[in-house]
Order: sequence, then C-alpha cells, then structure tokens
Amino acid sequence: MKFKVNNHEVFASTGGRPFDKKKPLIIFVHGSGLTHMTWVLQTRYFAFHGYNALAIDLPGHGLSSGDSLKSIEQMADWVNDVIDAVGHKEASLVGHSQGCLVTVECTSRYPDKIKTLSLMGGAGAIPMNPELLSLAENNDPKAVDLMMDWAHGPAGHFGGHPVPGLYHINTGTMLAKSRTIQNTLGVDFRACDNYKNGFEAAKKIKCPTLSILATDDKMCPVKEGKKLASLIDGSQVDIIDNCGHMMLLEEADRVLTVLKKFITTNYPPLSS
Amino acid sequence: MTDKKKELKPNTYKFDTLSLHAGYQPHKNAGSRQVPIYQTTSYLFDDVDHAAALFNLERGGHIYSRISNPTVGVLEERVASLEGGTAALATSSGMSAIFLTVMTLCEAGDHLVVSSQLYGGTVNLFRLTLPKFGIKCTFVKPRDTEGFKKAIQKNTKGIFGELVGNPGNEIMNMPEIAKIAHDAGIPLMVDATYQTPYLCKPFEHGADIVIHSLTKWMAGHGSSMAGILVEGGKFDWMQNDKFPTMTKPYEGYHGLSFAEEFGPTAFTMKARAEGMRDFGPCLSPQNAWNVLQGIETLSVRMKKHCSNAEEMVKYLSNHESVAWVSHPSVPDHPDHELAKKLLPNGRGSMIAFGIKGGKDAGVAFINNVKLASHLANVGDTRTLVIHPASGTHSQMDEATLKFAGLSHDMIRLSVGIEDIDDIKNDFEIGFRAARKPRLVSNQ
Ligand SMILES: Cc1ncc(COP(=O)(O)O)c(C=O)c1O
Repeated sequence: MKFKVNNHEVFASTGGRPFDKKKPLIIFVHGSGLTHMTWVLQTRYFAFHGYNALAIDLPGHGLSSGDSLKSIEQMADWVNDVIDAVGHKEASLVGHSQGCLVTVECTSRYPDKIKTLSLMGGAGAIPMNPELLSLAENNDPKAVDLMMDWAHGPAGHFGGHPVPGLYHINTGTMLAKSRTIQNTLGVDFRACDNYKNGFEAAKKIKCPTLSILATDDKMCPVKEGKKLASLIDGSQVDIIDNCGHMMLLEEADRVLTVLKKFITTNYPPLSS
Repeated sequence: MTDKKKELKPNTYKFDTLSLHAGYQPHKNAGSRQVPIYQTTSYLFDDVDHAAALFNLERGGHIYSRISNPTVGVLEERVASLEGGTAALATSSGMSAIFLTVMTLCEAGDHLVVSSQLYGGTVNLFRLTLPKFGIKCTFVKPRDTEGFKKAIQKNTKGIFGELVGNPGNEIMNMPEIAKIAHDAGIPLMVDATYQTPYLCKPFEHGADIVIHSLTKWMAGHGSSMAGILVEGGKFDWMQNDKFPTMTKPYEGYHGLSFAEEFGPTAFTMKARAEGMRDFGPCLSPQNAWNVLQGIETLSVRMKKHCSNAEEMVKYLSNHESVAWVSHPSVPDHPDHELAKKLLPNGRGSMIAFGIKGGKDAGVAFINNVKLASHLANVGDTRTLVIHPASGTHSQMDEATLKFAGLSHDMIRLSVGIEDIDDIKNDFEIGFRAARKPRLVSNQ
C-alpha cells in the first residue's frame, strides 16, 4: 500500500492482505540498500494470521519516493512516523542488519509505542569497511557484488533458495541495484558507519526482544549480536547453524518459526 | 599506506564451479554428493497450517511435482546462476518454455514483435497457434533493427528472437534491440538455445527473459527433452500500465501482486504459480537430472564443439565439393564483427553449407555419411546432419524455401565433439558419393 510520511509517498507491502486497522501492526525494516522484498517469506505468513504486516521501503528505496535518510536516528523517527501515518498507536518491530540499528534506536526513543522487537543479523554498531563504503558512495556496482558475497553464508553461495527456482545471490544483487547505488547503499552504509548510539539505546529497551543470529554471518558476527543482546533486559537469542547474514532468505523457514513463536506469544494476533 | 592493501574482490563462485555446484546443498540431502532424483509426485505437509502457508506462497517449499520438484529446482537454480538471472522455471521441452513465457506475458488482444529467423516449431507457434489465443505477431528480419522499432504497436507486450537465426546464421543486434524494447517499456525475450550461457549471457546485453531448449547443448547428449525460462530481474513491470497481470492483485492467489511481492523474480513466480499450475508442462525429475549431468561438463563440451566447428568451417571452405559456408566465424559473414562482440568465447557449432550439385548431391551426401547422424535435432555430442530440401522441408517449392532462408543445396550441420579427423573422413565419404551419386549408392 501507499501512504504519505512528511509529504513523501511511502510504499509498504502488506503481505498480500488488505490493511485492516483492527489488527495489530508489525513493521519490518530492511537492511542497507535493500527493499521490502527481502521479507516476503515472513510477511505473508503474519498477514494471513491476524496481523497487519507492513514491510516498508525506506525513503528513496524500492518503491518509496523522497531522498534516502542520512542517519539511523532519522530513520528511527521515520519508523515512528509510519506508525502514526497508518493510524496505529503501537507496533512490533522487526529489523534486519541496518534495520536492527533503526529498530533498536526507534524502540529506545518510543518505548511506550513499541511492543516487541525482533532483530535479525543485528549488532550494536556496524562499522563499514572503508573501501566498501567508498565503492558504494562512488556508485560502483562492485559494492553490491561484495555485499552479496559477504552477506551469504557458504551454503547460501551454492543456492538452495527456499522458493523453488529462485537464486539467492542474483536476486539480492538485482534488489540492491534497482535504484542508484550511491543514493541507497552509499547513503545507508555511511549512516551505519556514523551510528554510535546502539549500545546506549539497547540499555533503554524494556520490551520483549528476540535476536536471531547466524553462525556464518560475516557482516554482523554472532559475537557482536550477542554483545548487543546482553545489554537488552531478558533478551532472547536464537542461533542458526550453517547460515549467513541473509538468514531471512537463506533459512527463511527457521526464521519464520522462531519469529512466529516469539511474536504470537508476546504480541498476540487478532483472533478471527 | 593503503597502496599495499589487497584490492577487495567478490569471491562468489565462477561459471565452471557453478556448472557443478549451483542450486544444491548436500548437507540438506543426506550428504548425497550427487543431486538425488526426487521421484515423487507430492510432499508431506507438517500440519494444516503448513499446508495453507505453502498454498498461499507464505513460505517456500514443494507441494506437488507439477508446480515444483527438488531435483528440477536444482536445475532451475543452476541455470539461473549460469545466466546471471534471478530465477528460472524448467519445463518439459523448449517449446513449452516459449509457450509459458508468452502466456505469462500476454493476454488475448496483445501483440508481439518477433524475429523471422526462428526454429520452425517456434515460427508455427507464433504464426499459427498464438493467433488462436488472440495473440498476434509481426515478423521482422533479424538484421532489420529499425524494423523492430517500427513494428511496435500500442498493444505490443514484448520482442522475441533467437540471437543467431536458424539456419541462415543471421545475428540479431541484441543490445540495440533491447534498447528499442526498453524505450517502448516492453521486455526483450531471447531464445539462446544455440549459445548456452557459456557462449553468451543475454542479460549482459539487455535481454529480460532468456529461454533455452535444454534438449540441445545444455543437456548435450541427445538423451532428454527439457526447456527453461530464466528471468534477468531488471525489467520494471510497474513502469507503465501494460502488464496488469503482473502488477495488479491476482485473484488466483488471494490478491497477490507478483511485481510488488517478488520484484526481480515476479515473472518466474507468475509463470509457475499460474502457467505451470494451469497448463502443466512440468519437467520430470529424471530428465532434470540428465540435464544436470550435461551441464556439469558444459564448458568442456562447448569448447570442443566450437573448436571442432571452426576446424570444419576451414575444411569446408577449402573443399572442392562445397559451394558456400555460413558460420559467424567466416570473415565475410555479414555479422562477423557483431558475433565477435556478442560471442567472445566461440561462435557456436551450427554450420550451414551448400553442396555442389544441388539437391541430388545433398541427398547422396546425407545417405552415405556413416559417422554423422541424419536426424532432426541439434546440439548433440555427436555430429548431426540434415538436408532440409529433401527432408524436413521437402514439400516446399523454390520460392518458399528461399523465404525460409533455405536452398536446395543446403546441408545443416551440428558439429559434435568426436575426433575432428574422423568427422572430416566421414564427410569425404559423403562428398565422394555426392560427386558420383549413382556409383556410390549402388555399392
Ligand atoms: C532454437 C530452438 N528453440 C526451441 C526449440 C524447441 O525445443 P524443444 O525441441 O526442446 O521443444 C528448438 C528445437 O529444435 C530450437 O532449436
């Protein structure tokens, strides 16, 4: 669906179900340079099981208009604006990678509004490799190729997509190249690199929190994810074997099973 | 300070490695090193919730082997990876891949611009069968780049062609024709059967959908029928209102919009969810496995196919019994330069040549070669020959033959990977017979 935030049109997938104000809201926030499509194997399930599952495209990404936001803090406020814009008072947040920084910051800023937080491939800080950052800022497609290499675990490099016929690395590459690289990936990487408040923000989080980490994640290694989780009161951690940073696709079913249990327990759906 | 630092390079697997490994994870298949043949029609659901989730495309997985099968799935991912595509859908034959592609793209009332130099079966589909579904086509000669532009109408939904036309070996200027298609907001579909991704990756030159008859060089051994459509993932279906079935909610899946939910893989998702579900030309797991075996050695075979073909071009060009030779490697071939650009790894193994003595000589040649097989296929590991004027096209008069790019003296040759001297020796037998038709055939 499309709606406006700060006068810019925002696109969000609703997982194939019409938006229904009566249902509790889950917002899915994608990673650097990516789009709502990374969530397709999670959102549709929630949309068909009593939730409004809103996989947003950040400004300037995917099908959303406007310029990309330059800082994680701005993105966090923007996610809060999305909750208001769709007429809800509260939401559960799910983030991947950069989306974890955004949702951690957002939850710490708006503790009354955010009911649960689910982090995938998250860390308290995501410092960028300077060469990768510079390639992305210079619009070099090699930045995307490097990201796709590092983001997929050894198993993901062979393929084995949960949806028959789809090939991970090329699909991710096309998503990340669907808009101008320097305006999406370049701005996002810089925002990640600049963001220093992750650990402080984490300490303020009181809502039920889940971290899904993967043993072969090179971008946000398990150690970093655990460090972040240890700062969040009562945070739950789930570690997936044989999987890289793109766990939401590489091991979509495992992720969905864990996420389903966590969200339905802590933020129940509207029963039909 | 940074000078000595190693340059960052992506370490994703390369072509030859992908040919052997892409799409398959042994640790999820009992450690089986070779891809298992999942000889089954259907798959257990964990519970009713799981069943519903699979039917709603809420999660990935297999339901019924008409829609998808794990062995076939490995083949699909493998070809997608080799082409540099996002997704693929394998079919029971090359023809069904073309048909599914068109039916996924078009509705009754739509129009396609199509190259006139295509495999005969494809010409029949576009000229005679698709009009029965309300889909009309305008044919344009492959070298007439401007002609493609002129033929585009308001209801045109795509351009279709073979990179190297058959049998005249005319080459379509893919980058320019892709630009024409994209300026008009429509996709370019390329049948790259004769090239395989080893010789050309059409997505790098602007194609949006690539189709293969896997029956040919990809499987390579003349054992199995199979086809595939591969998606490039770049085409934006939402840029105009020409493709409502891709962009608007689809009744068949609870209002799913393929373009919104699946973006760079939307076309394949629709082709499977709608086309494969409703038309059903699925590939058998056994045939998928046979094709996978072929693809494991694709590079090795294609190198030998191409080097043997170039040897044969030299041999034929210098032969007293040969009137003319057509192959993109011949310097005076009109598309020689374009071929170098689009086919840097080799110009393919299809050769057409004219035999001196016309139709009778052609018949004698075909009837007397012993090693080369006389049959209606191309892209076998074995050398294949056919004389269209006396076989496949024997009903045609001179004018019709000419329109189809054929002549009485033409022999079509699909060069195999036998020892090159054995192929040449065999051709000597054929040429000798062609020079003295009666004498040899009376032996
Ligand atoms: C270029 C081309 N495309 C498509 C086909 C049809 O493929 P199949 O015979 O696998 O149906 C052929 C068959 O000869 C072909 O040569």
